[in-house]
Amino acid sequence: MPEAVPLARVLVPSMTAPRPRLAPIDASRDALVHITGLEKIYDTKDGETIHALKNVNLDIGSSEFISVVGPSGCGKTTLLKILAGILARSSGEVTMHGRSLTGPSREIGVVFQAPVLLPWRTVLQNVMVPVEVQKRDRAEFKERARGLLAMVGLAGFESKYPGELSGGMQQRVGICRALVHDPSFLLMDEPFGALDAMTREQMNEELQRIWTESRKTVLLVTHSIPEAVYLADRVVVMTPRPGRIVDVVPVDLPRPRTLAMHNTPEFGRFVARIRAHFNSAGSLDA
Amino acid sequence: MNRSHPSARFANIVLLQILTFCLFVGGWEAIVRGFGISKIVLPAPSAIAVAFTDGLLSGDFGWHLAVTMYEILAGFAVGALSGLLLGFVIALVPLAQRILYPYVVAFQTVPKVAIAPIIVIWFGYGVSSKIVITATIAFFPLLANTIMGLRAAPHDQIEMLLSYTASPWQVFTMVRLKQALPYIFVGLDVAIVLSVIGAIVGEFVGAKAGLGYLILQKNFNLDMAGTFAILIILSVIGVGLHALIGGVQRRVVFWMDTAGERVTGA
Ligand SMILES: Nc1ncnc2c1ncn2[C@@H]1O[C@H](COP(=O)(O)OP(=O)(O)OP(=O)(O)O)[C@@H](O)[C@H]1O
Ligand SMILES: [Mg+2]
Repeated sequence: MPEAVPLARVLVPSMTAPRPRLAPIDASRDALVHITGLEKIYDTKDGETIHALKNVNLDIGSSEFISVVGPSGCGKTTLLKILAGILARSSGEVTMHGRSLTGPSREIGVVFQAPVLLPWRTVLQNVMVPVEVQKRDRAEFKERARGLLAMVGLAGFESKYPGELSGGMQQRVGICRALVHDPSFLLMDEPFGALDAMTREQMNEELQRIWTESRKTVLLVTHSIPEAVYLADRVVVMTPRPGRIVDVVPVDLPRPRTLAMHNTPEFGRFVARIRAHFNSAGSLDA
Repeated sequence: MNRSHPSARFANIVLLQILTFCLFVGGWEAIVRGFGISKIVLPAPSAIAVAFTDGLLSGDFGWHLAVTMYEILAGFAVGALSGLLLGFVIALVPLAQRILYPYVVAFQTVPKVAIAPIIVIWFGYGVSSKIVITATIAFFPLLANTIMGLRAAPHDQIEMLLSYTASPWQVFTMVRLKQALPYIFVGLDVAIVLSVIGAIVGEFVGAKAGLGYLILQKNFNLDMAGTFAILIILSVIGVGLHALIGGVQRRVVFWMDTAGERVTGA
């Protein structure tokens, strides 16, 4: 990425010194989101039912970074869409700021598993979708959108159409779109899956910086266990269908984390603990 | 020969097309002359060319052409617009779908050619009956394609908008309408070609002017060359209008290489 603009300049013009962060929390006190007994059962067209989520309980603290890992089809996207307010739950309770979740919120930014760009809009217009939908000040947010695009290495691509971009570039546009309206809660569904290893590491660093500087709450779904550990306060491990949470691993590595940490024994221990769940579940796709 | 260069290949194709055309016309001419085929049965291309220029120069074609064009365009406009509007209503109001759609389908299964005589009786021998016939034919392609197009928006695009708190109206204007455009253009394209047929059929049933009326007259006078000359005009009209719609489509639906699925209806 040529000339990646430090996010500090984009997001927090008058940045103060990084706030001290509390180590992994017992989130129940300061929780942003409470998930209790969450169930999701899909009715398929041929009359079958699919039990996608079973008795999911999780509290997400304000400004906490949660990674979710689990084998393909275990309900990660389902959980994310329920939190985004675009999928109805079958039973259980989800509260946000103490209120029962009934639909989408302006405070949330979602990065979808596929980029889902609108082909008739330019890159910049795509990033501006949340601003238009929420009728925010376009002139003000346009600058922010440009800054975000520069941050992900897409400066100069503002007036291109999605069809002219590679899959990884499209995914980065999707990330900018999720951030443009400065949501306090970021839901990301395998946002870096389509990126090469180098770009992926850079994006991981950017994401860590965004999170440190803006104190967003983040829920990141990923297939990469090292990525999950590198970024998270806690890693949520899910089982194959019906999706349940089998383990929640607090990652108390010091921050800011560096790429070099990947090689430390502590890091390796977290990865091994998580990977063990996959092995026992007989699924090794991560 | 530079095979790999695209413009060179294109030039070759054009050359081949011209060659094919010349062979076709030349062969036709040779057969008519060689076998001494009567001009009442099959006129030679040269005779058609003479009839064509005669008709144009005498101003004979001009007036009838104007009448038919008017019928085509007015009928197309009325039919396409009402198809579009009803398509919106049916796609957006579930109740309308339940109540109206059976009638629409029933109406569609009636061959419009079969009701053309009735329409001429109701609306007279002038242009209005031709406009009505053309409109009934142009109506359905737009209706069907509009309904289909308004339902074509991918679920993930809608979900994406909803996640940012979009209202149903915003989902409609920002995604569903856009996704319907390729379909609507397919409808327009089918409708415009059918409109040419509609106007001519209407004139065949009973008219006082127009190219269809002229064809009947020439036929009656055994003027085969003149009939063929008019057929050429009709196909030029059809191809021209089709190209016009295609040109507008490429500008409006610029993000698509190919049009969406096609729903024909006549
Ligand atoms: N709309 C739907 N209708 C029916 N079943 C569905 C639907 N969406 C998902 N499912 C099923 O629910 C289960 C969980 O799906 P989900 O997309 O949440 O998995 P995932 O963990 O995100 O998988 P991946 O890692 O491959 O993205 C799957 O078995 C899937 O088949
Ligand atoms: Mg998924």
